[in-house]
Amino acid sequence: MEALDGNAIAGALFEYFGTEMTVARGACVYCGATAQIAELRVYGQAPGTVARCRSCGNVVMVLVSVRGLQKVHLSGFRLGD
Amino acid sequence: MARAAIPRRLTWQLGRVVELIDETPRCKSVVVDLPEWQGHRAGQHVDVRLTAEDGYQAERSYSIASAPEDAHLVLTVERLDDGEVSPYLTDELRPDDELELRGPIGGYFVWERSLGGPLLMVAGGSGVVPFRSMLRHWAAGEHDTVPRLLYSSRTLPEVIYQEELTRFSADDGVDVRLALTREWPENWEGHRGRVDRGFLEEVAWAPAERPLVYICGPTSFVEAVAQTLVDIGHEPGRVKTERFGPTGT
Repeated sequence: MEALDGNAIAGALFEYFGTEMTVARGACVYCGATAQIAELRVYGQAPGTVARCRSCGNVVMVLVSVRGLQKVHLSGFRLGD
Repeated sequence: MARAAIPRRLTWQLGRVVELIDETPRCKSVVVDLPEWQGHRAGQHVDVRLTAEDGYQAERSYSIASAPEDAHLVLTVERLDDGEVSPYLTDELRPDDELELRGPIGGYFVWERSLGGPLLMVAGGSGVVPFRSMLRHWAAGEHDTVPRLLYSSRTLPEVIYQEELTRFSADDGVDVRLALTREWPENWEGHRGRVDRGFLEEVAWAPAERPLVYICGPTSFVEAVAQTLVDIGHEPGRVKTERFGPTGT
């Protein structure tokens, strides 16, 4: 499946964080690669949406919408690095 | 910019369709009047939400085709045959209908005058939409560099904004280069076939001139062009990309 990129989750992230996030920088906790959120690989077909590190491919972020409420798990992406 | 510092909520708002414009056999521009619109930056997008009678909702993101200076918001939508949202927008929507959307969204794939140039835009198919916004924004103000647009399309009839791009080229000196990948007129003087390294080296500024590069299109197109530009020597940090999935060019 062809991936999208972090631009595709801009609306969901804005909803969750209350601000524009795609230019925010962070580091992959698995390989240390730094990126802006817009640069992550995003797959939207899974139950929920996942973002993967462009360097090592690990899942760094999971987004799900629960009863209309946006949830974001930033498990593998350290913001601000 | 002062506006960016003020927290705002991303709320759904209702717009009124002013006009629908046939751009190509598969693409329409939707001109929307939005009384509560707070403005946008060239390259940003909006989410459009449709609600069925039974309450089922579908959302899709569309690039904004109008410039910040324009009176109305314009979205250019490509009809995807298996799409949930685009066939409604291109086939069913009529002037005076209401349309629900939220935005502007995104801050990465944005060009504004303060970023300068030289500005190189590379579009695959309907990836040209945000570049119409950037070109109109560029043309609306003072400028010391002239952008280049490299636009790959399957065929000539599928080229969106043909007349306007011709005007940008004739009146403003924008260097517009079309690449046709599937078929071309017999006397076609533009590029034939895929955007390859040779074409990029011919059209793009040299890496030493440090152009600011924006690439938008289907994922495979964007990946190939971005990788080739980096191979040629362009700085990865000055190459910005936006992918919209598997649509072919």
